[in-house]
Amino acid sequence: MKEHAPVLIVVFPIMFAFITPLLGWIRKSLCYPWVILALSLSTICSLITLEEVMTGGVIHYYLGSWLPPWGIEYVVDHLNAMMLVIVSGAALLVAIYSRRSIEAELPGKMVYFYTIFLLQTTGFLGIVVTGDMFNLYVFLEIASLAGYTLIAIGEDGAPLASFRYIIMGTVGACFYLLGVGYLYMVTGSLNMADLATIIPLISDSKVVLTAFAFFMAGIAIKMALFPLHVWLPDAYTRAPSTSSALIAPLMTKISVYVMIRIFFTVFNPSFTVDVLPATDILLWLGTIAIFGGAIMALAQTDFKRMLCYIVVAEVGYMVGGIGVANSIAMQGAVLHLLNDAVMTLGLFIVAGIVTYQMKGHLLSDFNALFRKMPLTMVTFVVVALSVIGVPPTCGFFSKWYLLQGGIMAGAWGFVVALLLSSLINIILFFRIFELGYVFQSDGSHHDHGHGGFIHEAPASMLLPSVVVALGILAIGIYNQVIINNIITYVIPKF
Amino acid sequence: MIELIAGKYNYWIYIILMMIGFYAMIGKRNMVKKVIGMNIFQTSIILFYISIAFKKGATLPIIRETADHVAAAVEVSQYINPLPHVLMLTAIVVMVATLGVAIAILILIYRRYGTLEEDEILKKVKS
Amino acid sequence: METASVKPVLAIAVSLFGTLLIVAFRKKPNIRELCTFIIAFVKFGIIASMLPAVLAGSRLRCDLVDLLPGVGLAFRVDSLGLLFALVSSSLWIATSLYSVGYMRSLKEHSQTRYYAFFALALSSAVGVAFAGNILTLYLFYEMLSLSTYPLVTHHQDSEARFAGRKYLTYLMGTSIGFFLPAVILTYYFSGTLNFTEQGILTGAASDTMLTVVFILYILGIGKAAIMPIHAWLPSAMVAPTPVSSLLHAVAVVKVGVFSVLRICLHVFGPYMMHDLSLNVFLLYFVSATILLGSLFALKQDNLKARLAYSTISQLSYIVLGGGLAGIIGITGGILHIVMHAFGKITLFFCAGAIMVNTGLKNISEMRGIGRKMPVTMAAFFFGSLSIIGIPPLGGFWSKWYLALGCIQVDQIPILVVLLTSSLLNAAYFLPISYNAFFADQDRYSEVREAPLLTVIPPVFTALVSFLLFIYPGVFLDLAKMTAQALLGG
Repeated sequence: MKEHAPVLIVVFPIMFAFITPLLGWIRKSLCYPWVILALSLSTICSLITLEEVMTGGVIHYYLGSWLPPWGIEYVVDHLNAMMLVIVSGAALLVAIYSRRSIEAELPGKMVYFYTIFLLQTTGFLGIVVTGDMFNLYVFLEIASLAGYTLIAIGEDGAPLASFRYIIMGTVGACFYLLGVGYLYMVTGSLNMADLATIIPLISDSKVVLTAFAFFMAGIAIKMALFPLHVWLPDAYTRAPSTSSALIAPLMTKISVYVMIRIFFTVFNPSFTVDVLPATDILLWLGTIAIFGGAIMALAQTDFKRMLCYIVVAEVGYMVGGIGVANSIAMQGAVLHLLNDAVMTLGLFIVAGIVTYQMKGHLLSDFNALFRKMPLTMVTFVVVALSVIGVPPTCGFFSKWYLLQGGIMAGAWGFVVALLLSSLINIILFFRIFELGYVFQSDGSHHDHGHGGFIHEAPASMLLPSVVVALGILAIGIYNQVIINNIITYVIPKF
Repeated sequence: MIELIAGKYNYWIYIILMMIGFYAMIGKRNMVKKVIGMNIFQTSIILFYISIAFKKGATLPIIRETADHVAAAVEVSQYINPLPHVLMLTAIVVMVATLGVAIAILILIYRRYGTLEEDEILKKVKS
Repeated sequence: METASVKPVLAIAVSLFGTLLIVAFRKKPNIRELCTFIIAFVKFGIIASMLPAVLAGSRLRCDLVDLLPGVGLAFRVDSLGLLFALVSSSLWIATSLYSVGYMRSLKEHSQTRYYAFFALALSSAVGVAFAGNILTLYLFYEMLSLSTYPLVTHHQDSEARFAGRKYLTYLMGTSIGFFLPAVILTYYFSGTLNFTEQGILTGAASDTMLTVVFILYILGIGKAAIMPIHAWLPSAMVAPTPVSSLLHAVAVVKVGVFSVLRICLHVFGPYMMHDLSLNVFLLYFVSATILLGSLFALKQDNLKARLAYSTISQLSYIVLGGGLAGIIGITGGILHIVMHAFGKITLFFCAGAIMVNTGLKNISEMRGIGRKMPVTMAAFFFGSLSIIGIPPLGGFWSKWYLALGCIQVDQIPILVVLLTSSLLNAAYFLPISYNAFFADQDRYSEVREAPLLTVIPPVFTALVSFLLFIYPGVFLDLAKMTAQALLGG
């Protein structure tokens, strides 16, 4: 059974997804434990896979026992294994958090929501675990379609935002498909490992270059790399809290993962770094993304929108780190994959809790929250400190490596961008802390006008938040353990 | 020059179709037209894949059996490549699903705003 | 000689645990205050128990998990760190007593939050004291900035909000913008961040780069209130007086100058400071702060503001000691940490006592108050003598050593600066005491002496200042040990 763990990770959510409507027809309240069961099984399989990769090396799993390069294979190396744990763990935490939120925001749609929720998770997990290029496209589209749906059922303006996302996202996926097609044309293979051996033989070909360009464009759209990020703020802001809590931490990071796979596993590092100036372009785009995201975030009055621009800036961190193209910066970028997923998860869960309690997610909804929801706000403070980059939270360490890598490579623009964005993050978050803290000049208090008093968040929402906060501290303090056991194997040889 | 166009006409066709679709997605104001443009965009890529599967003088990829029901040795250049066709079956399904989701969202938009013209919707949103 | 010990971690952890206890007992104020005291005594006890070992010449080490390759969360108790920790923890006891009196007299709100973050801040301060490498120091430095924010903005009015913003902007802006790059550059050049007696940067990079790193450190350690990064300190006076007294006269600003000393002495080292002329640069740079701080103090009418500018000036004395980079000078600078702490906290306590008792904040209104509050003003008088540096108060010793240190390294202009500043100190302190006792005012007919709990602490600290003159023993020994370990003999 253990050797089937890689495929079970994907099988559990999709099989359970098909059964969910049936269960919902029998009794609606069964869906919630069902989803948690599905994702727990998935997480357990991910952990088993991680453990196997750490002890035994790369796993090759042949679907249907068809050998590659004709069959589709799942390849799990250290990078995937880590990503699998992140994705399934994050989905599980969001699922635990979701019940109250969906009851409040989407009454009566719970069953179908959870169905698509599971499909979305399937898509994400499939993207991460597969070793076949076209299979990745299939899962990418599964994830994207589920995402469009989950976003469209949100508040006012959500269908429009989702529509724009459909247009841009489809273009992105189609570019990816074109890239696969071009590569297939000249290599005859769809298997990532196989391509890696064939491409160096034909690396002069213009077709290969075009494929590379299409990949870069397509993934940049999915990753919301500045300036192709325009779909992100509206989509994630208007989506229901659970959807944004699921999609925001994962979609962009998974796209970064796909970029790493394509740039460094399929095309080998020397091609990406030396033959093409791809990494230089990435470095510049990343730096601009950081500046752009940070400055736009300052201008927002809506909390979720501010978080969206922070996500855009964080993507800039990772892309810039890859663009610096030395092993320390790469280490920082990969660690940041983990850190940013956790941090964004925490931020959007807090946003969801605030939306649930205050029926809105503007900055002004944070008024006096330290007094009303102290524990939630404490977890928020921990996550915010991580985004700012204060030790010993995990955000500090990935920033350290990125800075160190940037200094070593002389990428001063990137270094300045990182420091500046830390300073801007301080402003962003302390603005909220000030609001939560209540400064009144006339001594009077205003409760938010719905009469009843607000108390601490419900346990099902608070638990994931606390887990995230503890995780941030743990990952920070033990970051060397993670790096030495997992990440060192991931870094390409530059 | 003629060689460039005539010899690679399948690429030209797909590029032109793709650009038409792209233009429709961006330039047209009616949302249904945008969705149609998206559809054309995706179709062009499907055509591209199919076109690369073709080989001159080749036939359908069904292996001819000899008299005693043993499959003959496969001469690859006589059969067109079936793999892109298979891949495109999947892509067509994806395309249809995307179409379905997009139209469902258009219904939501229509219910909310009463129109499917982008500029009118933006006016309503701003006010 | 280094021995492994878990005591440094215990000393820090005990007040972290205290924070939890304080929050747990938030409904029972008396037990909550009792927790603070018990924790403070335990902390002081643990720190004092390390004294014999350190005085005998050994250092206590505790290495926890590795945070970066080769750099971990590491603690090292040496003479300098122990000196600072002793000062902080002993003064926490005094300030807690004072806080109880102050907060209860004024019926302040959110007292649980106050005591809880106070304990957290003390953890951070001791964490800085015992940090074994720059990363650990940076970690606790930031923790201190964050845990003192709720204390500074305690009153939660618009003044507090503005002061809080200034506080964070200056402190976190400099720490992330300058301090962090300096740390990364240090790591990049030398591969390690541990504090050692020989410094870790010898030959690691070009002279220009090393100077740049040094300047980044000086600008980055905003808590040392070296001009121009000083404006946060007067603004932070909106905090309740016990906060001002401990944090701004002892913990926060002392963490700043302590960190600067650590960088000068144990990262760069006195020899490198000489070679790169960093010591001369530092001396002249802080002389400006010393003089300007005193000049600004003269102009202030608000008592706490005057004390704030006085602190800015006095802190640079400590940095000056590091800049002198000679045995006597370094000893003097380190000793001034102690003397200034006890002296200044006396002054702040008295300022708070006056405020609690009469509501007065401005010096011009305090004429004649000494006749009604004699004990308080007497303590004030002795405290100011210590700051000015007149025997029989302890401040005399630190200024004496600093002066001798100037002569030892042939920096006579700096000696002039020191003497001028002492004169200025007298000019802005003595009139306060004089007018308090001898000027005519009739407005205090109702005033009696301040509440007991706000009077005992300043009397206690003034007494200690006096005792430190007679017997500077322990602290002087620790200071001398530090200097000798660096320069030998």
